[in-house]
Amino acid sequence: MTHGTATRTRTQRLRSIWHSDFVYSFRHAPVAVASATVVLLMVLAAVFAPLIAPFDPFNPATLNLMNGFTPPMEPNAFTGESFWLGTDDQGRDVFSTILYGMRISLFVGFSAVMLALVLGVVLGLLAGYLGGWTETIIMRVADVQLTFPAILVAMLIFGIAKGITPPEYRDQMAIWVLILAIGLSDWVQFARVVRGATLVEKNKEYVQAARLIGRAPLAIMLRHILPNVLNPVLVIATISLALAIIAEATLSFLGVGAPPTQPSLGTLIRIGQGFLFSGEWWILLFPAATLLTLALSVNLLGDWLRDALNPRLR
Amino acid sequence: MLAYVIRRVFQSAIVLLIVGLVAFAMFRFVGDPVDNMLGQERTQADIERLRDRLGLDLPFPVQYWRFLQEAAQGNFGLSYRQGRPVSDILIERAPATLELAAVSGVLALFVGIGLGVFTAIRRRGTAANLIMTVSLIGVSLPTFLIGILLIYLFSVELGWLPSFGRGEVVDLGGWTTGFLTISGLKALILPSITLGLYQMTLIMRLVRTEMLEVLRQDYIRFARARGLRERSVNFRHALKNTLVPVITITGLQLGSIIAFAIITETVFQWPGVGLLFINAIQFVDIPVMAAYLMLISVMFVGINLIVDLLYFAIDPRLRVDRTGGGGK
Repeated sequence: MTHGTATRTRTQRLRSIWHSDFVYSFRHAPVAVASATVVLLMVLAAVFAPLIAPFDPFNPATLNLMNGFTPPMEPNAFTGESFWLGTDDQGRDVFSTILYGMRISLFVGFSAVMLALVLGVVLGLLAGYLGGWTETIIMRVADVQLTFPAILVAMLIFGIAKGITPPEYRDQMAIWVLILAIGLSDWVQFARVVRGATLVEKNKEYVQAARLIGRAPLAIMLRHILPNVLNPVLVIATISLALAIIAEATLSFLGVGAPPTQPSLGTLIRIGQGFLFSGEWWILLFPAATLLTLALSVNLLGDWLRDALNPRLR
Repeated sequence: MLAYVIRRVFQSAIVLLIVGLVAFAMFRFVGDPVDNMLGQERTQADIERLRDRLGLDLPFPVQYWRFLQEAAQGNFGLSYRQGRPVSDILIERAPATLELAAVSGVLALFVGIGLGVFTAIRRRGTAANLIMTVSLIGVSLPTFLIGILLIYLFSVELGWLPSFGRGEVVDLGGWTTGFLTISGLKALILPSITLGLYQMTLIMRLVRTEMLEVLRQDYIRFARARGLRERSVNFRHALKNTLVPVITITGLQLGSIIAFAIITETVFQWPGVGLLFINAIQFVDIPVMAAYLMLISVMFVGINLIVDLLYFAIDPRLRVDRTGGGGK
């Protein structure tokens, strides 16, 4: 009996989620469904790259230099081996390097956005709720940073952090430095939106009530205000993810990002550009196409999310 | 009015002081300046003497003040990598970047306004829709991929245009220009399109939106009712009224053109300030990084200030509440 009730409530709950506005508008937006599917597939491919990739591109033991420059879907002239998307100059399978590259691009993108999000939300909450000097200092710093394009700020932070790390650790630390640089260049958006929303929320009755019963400011900020300002944060995070992936690719392409030992999609494009004139188009084309598909899908998903969650943000 | 101007100038000065502090901190704390200047064979006495000469034992604010004085005179010391004064290197590289930025800016402005007016007037036409769609793709393509794509089409496949460098340049008393030779002009085409494309789509979309807004206004309908020619209505009456925000945005974008030149210059190996900056990051050449930072912030802050003040002067409607608000 109880079991039956439980199942019914579960199906009821599933049904109510299925029919909720949010899911309804998702199901009826083909672009959103398509881009979400693409993003999901790419994330899965990146996470399970070691299982999917036919070769381990970073294990020198499995590499054969004779396989270098094999065109896609054609057997190599010397070894007779064939690769879906061809091989690069060192005989690495392009499909496998893309999978591993996507792993790094997505990891850097996600981590950078998480860093920016946490930093921006915390500072935004503090600025909005406490006001006074805290607010002035935080928002002034935000204004100064907003004067400069984010990519320039990221380059500068990367340069400084590279200067601080000892030379022998630079390649090892590059990925973390990259996350730091992109994350720190991007917190302002979050802080501004959260501060604005906090200013609105803090004068509402439920916050006054919480204050009246003597809850600590920290508890009010985290337990009461934060849940009510999260929607726009989610939207900005999605759009930021697309921007962060492109920023990472740009930095790595310029040679101030992921090192050749841990190539991201940007590094792969940088490597591929060198073979543009000699006719090995596949080394460049496939990583570039992957980057574009990824960035475009995340962007489209973000656009839809913005409209679905908060029409006012348009 | 005067209060607003003074406050705006004061704010700009604060921003520059903060940026100066960052640049100074880079000099002082990223690596040891003494380490960077003395070779392997040095004695403790050498180190003491250099520390004394550089004033590294003075209190922090005094050091910062001395740094600002030197920076104001354009002295950023020697490049770690090239061993030459940073200011000399910057002056040598500046013409390449400025010419590239100027051509891209003009290109973006004229083509952007032209396409914007076109897409606004032929709002439902096939060509206008096509332009809008293409512009959407153009915005989502990263700059460096656009550059590579152009190189592939026009240098590799067609072989029409050079893929790197400035071509032949003429030296006009310290200012090298690529405007006077055929190869210099040809070398400018691809980089300036790459750099200007984003701004072009931005201006186009802005002009289109503003035009659609203005075309709905009563005075446009009256102008039509009076029997003015379509051309005259569109350009003499409508376009004129859209230009104030367009000029503001373009002004603000000037700064980012210079910043994004870093990417374009790397793709095309264009010997400008941006490529210098990227190389400086790769080799941790702190003086060049700091000097570039100061240079570009003076430019950004200056442009922002001028645009704000101009906007304020041009559009009287802003004067009422802007004085109380203190900016966004």
